This record gives sequence, C-alpha cells and structure tokens, in this order.
Amino acid sequence: MNATAAFCPATVDEVVEAVRAAPRVIPIGARTKPRLSAVDAQAISTRRLTGWVEYEPSEYTFTALAGTPIREIREVLAERGQHLPFDPPWSESGATLGGTVAAGCSGPGRFRFGGVRDFILGVRFVDGAGRVLRMGGKVVKNAAGFDLPKFFVGSLGRWGVLVELTFKVFPRPDATRTLDLGVEGFADAMQVLGEMSVNRWEPQAMELLPCGHRLLLRLAGPEGSLQPLADEILRRWPGQILDPQQASALWSDLAEFRWAHPDGVLLKVPLTPDLVPALARVIEGAGDVRMQIGAGGNVAYLSSGSDTSSAALLSGLRELGLVGLALRGQGPLWWGDRPVTGVESALRQALAADDRFPELDA
Amino acid sequence: MPKDRLHELAALLPPERWLTRPEQLAAYESDGLTAYRKRPVAVAIPESTDEVVELVRACHRAGIGFVARGSGTSLSGGSLPVEGGVVIALNRLNRILKLDPVQRIAVVEPGVVNSQVTQAAAPHGLLYAPDPSSQSICTIGGNVAFNSGGAHCLKYGMTANHVLGLRAVLATGECVSWGGRSRESVGPDWCGLFTGNEGLFGIALEITLQLLPKPERYHTVLAGYRTLDQAGDAVAAIVASGMLPGALEIMDALALQAASAAVHAEYPPGCEAVLIVELEGPRESVECDRLRLDAILAASQPIEMRPARDAEERLAIWKGRKSAFSAVGRLSPDFLVQDGVVPRRRLGEALRRIVEMSREAGLRCANVFHAGDGNLHPLILFDGRQPGALERAEALAGRILRMCVEMGGSITGEHGIGVEKRDFLPDMFRPEEIDCLKRIRSAFDPLEIANPGKMFPGPEAPALSRPGLHPLEAAGVISRE
Repeated sequence: MNATAAFCPATVDEVVEAVRAAPRVIPIGARTKPRLSAVDAQAISTRRLTGWVEYEPSEYTFTALAGTPIREIREVLAERGQHLPFDPPWSESGATLGGTVAAGCSGPGRFRFGGVRDFILGVRFVDGAGRVLRMGGKVVKNAAGFDLPKFFVGSLGRWGVLVELTFKVFPRPDATRTLDLGVEGFADAMQVLGEMSVNRWEPQAMELLPCGHRLLLRLAGPEGSLQPLADEILRRWPGQILDPQQASALWSDLAEFRWAHPDGVLLKVPLTPDLVPALARVIEGAGDVRMQIGAGGNVAYLSSGSDTSSAALLSGLRELGLVGLALRGQGPLWWGDRPVTGVESALRQALAADDRFPELDA
Repeated sequence: MPKDRLHELAALLPPERWLTRPEQLAAYESDGLTAYRKRPVAVAIPESTDEVVELVRACHRAGIGFVARGSGTSLSGGSLPVEGGVVIALNRLNRILKLDPVQRIAVVEPGVVNSQVTQAAAPHGLLYAPDPSSQSICTIGGNVAFNSGGAHCLKYGMTANHVLGLRAVLATGECVSWGGRSRESVGPDWCGLFTGNEGLFGIALEITLQLLPKPERYHTVLAGYRTLDQAGDAVAAIVASGMLPGALEIMDALALQAASAAVHAEYPPGCEAVLIVELEGPRESVECDRLRLDAILAASQPIEMRPARDAEERLAIWKGRKSAFSAVGRLSPDFLVQDGVVPRRRLGEALRRIVEMSREAGLRCANVFHAGDGNLHPLILFDGRQPGALERAEALAGRILRMCVEMGGSITGEHGIGVEKRDFLPDMFRPEEIDCLKRIRSAFDPLEIANPGKMFPGPEAPALSRPGLHPLEAAGVISRE
C-alpha cells in the first residue's frame, strides 16, 4: 500500500500530470486519518499545495489550496475575528483543509451550525481524466449547478483530487464558557443532552468524554450574556465552569483524539442518542474499546485496542444496524454494511473516469 | 406522443387521478415563472409513494419525460411541463410521517407544505429554518429539488443544510435511501448532491429534516434611510461588528411603494431604502447584541428606527418584506424577478449599475434583497402589451445576471436555473464543467426523462407567453422571495 513515494505536486498543472502518470491514484494530505488512503494506489500528496487564494473577511468567505493546514487557516481567521464554527479536528496534528473535506470530519462545534458540509461553498478539483473543474461558487449563497462541493465531503479522495476549496466562515463569538457536567453513564447523559438540545441556551457544542461521566458543554455569545445562562444550567445539573486553560486543554484532547488507543482502530459511527445506551453495552462486552460521543449524541468515535475487541465491536455494530468508517488502524475501511446504490458506480464513472481512483470500498 | 405508450401509465391510476382533458391540464401549464407555458399530455396524481415509483418506472420503460410538481411556485420555471411528457403532481403526498421532538427531526412526504413543518414543530419549541417567501404554499419536495433559501440563509444555510435523509426514486426507477436521522454521516454526501438537482435526478419520496430549537427571543428592527447607499453602509458596519444577525434585508423605494399599496405596510416618510435587521437567540445574548446594534444603526443616520415591540409588530415587518414582490404587480402589469448574487462588498456598486442599466433600457426596476448574503432580487417592470417590452426586460435581466458573474457572484442564489436561466449556465461554468454536470445527470438519468429542458442550455425553446402574476399571487395567497 502506497509502497512508492508519494507524488508531491506544487501546482495544479503538476497535479494534472500526477493524476495522468499512474493508472490508479489516491490523494493524501497530512495522513492524520491514514486508513482512508491505505489503498493500493499511487499517492498524490497535497503537502506542497498550500496557501491562501482569497480571503475577504467582510464576505465571510475564504478560498485556500487543499493542502493548507487547518491550523494556519484558524490562525489567520482568528486574527480577523472569524472562525470555522465546526472545529475541524486534528488541526494540531497538521490536518489539511482538503483532507478534512474528503474525510468528512467535523468537530464538536458542528452541533450548533452544522459540519464541514454546511460550510463548504466551492471546490476546484482534478477528475480522473485530468480535467481541472470548478464547482459551486465563491459567494455565501449560490444555487447554480449540482452541489458537487457537498458531494466531495466524505468522498475519501475517490471522486478526484481537491486542489482548492472555498468556505463560508462566521464571526467568532465574543466569549465562551465551558461547563463540565457530571452524568451517571451513557443513558443519563443522553437524557441531559436531549433536554439541553431543545432548551433556550443554544449550546455550541455538547460532548461526552470517554469516561462516560462528564459532559462538556460550550456556551458562546456576548460576554455579558454567558454567566446567567451558565448559572441556570448549573442549577439544573451538577457541574462547574472550567477555567479557560483547563477548558481549552480538554477541547484540544478531544479534537486530537488523545484519548484513543494510539495504534488502534479508530472508527467514526453516525448514530442518534437513543442508540447510545445499546452501543455502550456492546462496548462494555467487547473488552478493550473506548468510546467518545460527540455532536450532542449524533456521532460515536470508537477506538479498539486489540483484534479480539475489534471482532466483538464489528458484530455489535452489525447487530445495531450501525455503520462505521475506519479513520485509523488496521482492518476494513467500512465496519458494518455500507448501503450501496446502483447509481454510485455510474457516478463514479462520471467523475473518476477510467477507474483512476479506488472504489469507495477499497 | 403515441397514445399506446401512455396506456401503461394511465393504467396505474384510476381515471379521476389521470388527467388528460385540456381544461384539466390548463392549471398545470405554468408555475411561478408565468412567462412560460406548456401543456403536458397528462397529469398523474399519485396518492402513495409506491404509485410515484410505479409511474417513474413506467416513464422509464416508455421513455416518457416527466416533471414532478408540488405547488408550482418555482420562480425559474422549474416545474414547467416537459414537451410531450407528464406532470406528476405530488400534493396528495402531504403527510408528516414523523415528528420526533427528542431527536429534533421531521420525516415528511414531498407534498407537505413548508410552513406546515414549522407549525407542527412549534408546540415542541422547535423550528424548521428555511423560510422562502412562498412558505405558506410551497412544498418540501420542491424545496429539496431547488435547494430553496429564504431570509435567514446567512446564519442557517439553505434547504440542503437541513436535509438529513432522503428516500427517492431515481429516473432509472432505482429506489435509494441516503442519510438518516443522525446529523452526522460517513461517506459521500448523497443528500447534499440530490438537494438542488432541479428535478433532473428523480423524485424525493420521503425527506428527513432537521429541526432547530426556536430562538427564545427575536429583536427585529426596521430602519429607514434617505439613500440606498446609507442602508448598504449600515449593513457593512453590522457585518464588521462581528454580530451574526439572523436576517439582513433591504428594500428600495419602489419596493416600499409596492408593499405600502399591497399590505398597507407603513414606512418612515421620505426614505429611499429600508433595512430590516433581526437578532435572535437567548434573551441575555439578544439584549447584549441589541445595544451594539442600536449604536451601529444610530451612527448610520437613519431617518427613523422602528424596533418591533412585540411578535405582532415583528410579523408585520416580515409581511411587508415578504409580500413586496407580488405587491409590485400592483405597479405594473408585468414583471420579471431576478435572483443574482454578488459579493456583499459590491452590493452598492451592483445596485448603482442596475439603476443605470434600467434607465438605459427605459424600464423601472424595484429592488428587494438579502443584504446579508449579497442575494439581489431586482424586479423588472414592463408592460407585455407593448411590442418588444418583454424582450427589452429579458435583455436587461440578462445584463444584470452577467454583471453578477463578472463581480464574482452567481446567476442564482435560491431560485435555481430552471428554464429561465439555462442560457446563462455557460456564463458561470466552462464547457468542460458543463460536461461534468451533464455526466452526473446521465449517471442518474441516462434517458434524460427527468425534467428535461431545465438547467442545461438546449435547442428546445419553450413558448414565451404573457408574463404576469401567478394566479395565487394575484389572490394574495403567495408571494415571492
């Protein structure tokens, strides 16, 4: 797998050459989610394809090359009081903009305003035939043509090599507060999340830490508004407001998945809060599996530390009808039965002409 | 259209739900883009999703074109009948199948009306965010097909941002199911690709929508200005302040005149432009932002500022705004609505150029726009009875669209390409990009039977007829964004 050295094109023209130079290719970024590109294909790295194309803060949009590290994007946006509200993960580990899109990964902040799919506006990509195509737009609202930019979210590099991306950004809230609430296990946590989700507080993020007993909640808004909201929540549930340093360390641990087995399998499993207790029972029976519930109970990240626990996990996911995507570690890419439609192969032919990119199941 | 090919379709439904008589078909000849008219060979009225699937499969077998239709409010001619084809009217598929207040989702059939979702969600303290101006009548199926927007898109996005799951029948007859109840997903975003397909991929049968908690507090202000530029400067100042209002809307003098006449909306005397700003959220946060907003607006020197004092006054502000376009029908026998987008910082320049171009064309043009996201809705007034007037209006509309593209924007923010703007697709996309879009269309619909004649430039020119108010618009039931 990726036995030969990766091609490292520095320009879009060089990406075209790279795509045409091998019968089967796969784009890679910083490899923070290495299982997604662990396929038998010539790797095309975006690491030299970095930098800003356009950033106009008053437009709430920016365009950058696909290999630009998320960290750099966050820093520049922050200087102008803006941010990507969905907290793209692995930014400290070097995750790139293109990789974040192709992996379809969003962080805790996706709870309030949506994930990477909700902020992407435009893409420029090289398709399987080496054509450089631009889809979507550069303005915050656009309904012209099919929404290819969204279709690249979660495409795992199988539809083409992303070279440039346009995103919508939001102003950064004036202030934030992180509340650390105590809960009695997964079922209780889901109860709290449910109540929190329909209440007036509008939390930006709600994450259950892997221990299953601490619920992290982030409030954001004008400085003067947060204390009364936090006080009201703390009257309802036991907990505390974390000091900013403590809070940012915890959020960073989540964003970088420091709680996961370093060499184990890491799965992303979309689900709904009502399924969390049942999944928690599977985890308990599987042995060496850690679980973190994110996005208000809409995603589980599962980390398995051994082959035996992985096997138990796989059968448990199947029983619950859940499908996981392996971001890291050995084993299959898809855990459980990924729904496959007839139109998928036709679509793939339309974009990844001549089988230039691996199949979604590879 | 050989009659025998239609037999198989006709046999799928009882005669009272298979319409073929001219007087029955007349109501389906046009949609919100009244400039175009075409008579379908038949209208099918299915009552179940199974019937829709069977109809589409029969169309596929027989190679008959079809267009799905909800309430027919498309402003781009998206539901204009297909030459020699059938209309599949989905209004009877109007059930809300599920409303789950815990997971905050609604599962609906395509014929459910947009505002019914919001009404069903309201008792649970929830809200369906997309709010096109036709929300009281437009259907979710149509919203999905055209990725409809509304007045709150900057903050909440368009329809696509609220579709979590879809069950659909594709033009090939294949039934697919994508996404689900979760707000997260793995693998390519099929729901995202399907939403906004303009009816070219197939028909959505069941749509899972996300609901949001209804904001505890709204603060809606209407500010009147002496000039359009002043209103534009106020928008720039609000955006620069770091606030994220739920809505930022501007109406110009002609639009104000129309709204006053139609819904008796009252605006500050002497103003050439009105800005509507809406803040929303927990009361503490709205209170804080309100102080900042007041200061910004005061500095922008409005003639008058009118904050809504209660829910009723807020609704009145929105009623004036949302009725503005249909209200223009009172000022002119005919009009064309445009939907271009420009980068927000170039709004002022774009409006000045629209004024110049209108003057050159000898036509009046009213402007209502979503200032927060640069989405313009110039409304070109003309009298179709005058020879050449429609052509002059269309030429002006074309110049405005090309200006939007030149400025780095888009030819459509929320109405879609449809039949109206298909000749402008090449202004936005290069030939190889249009080829890519066509290959994608072919993957879903190799026979090109699903809503052909839309989105892509083509030889088939639909008959232009007299434009004017949609019958429901004239009756004051619906309005345009």
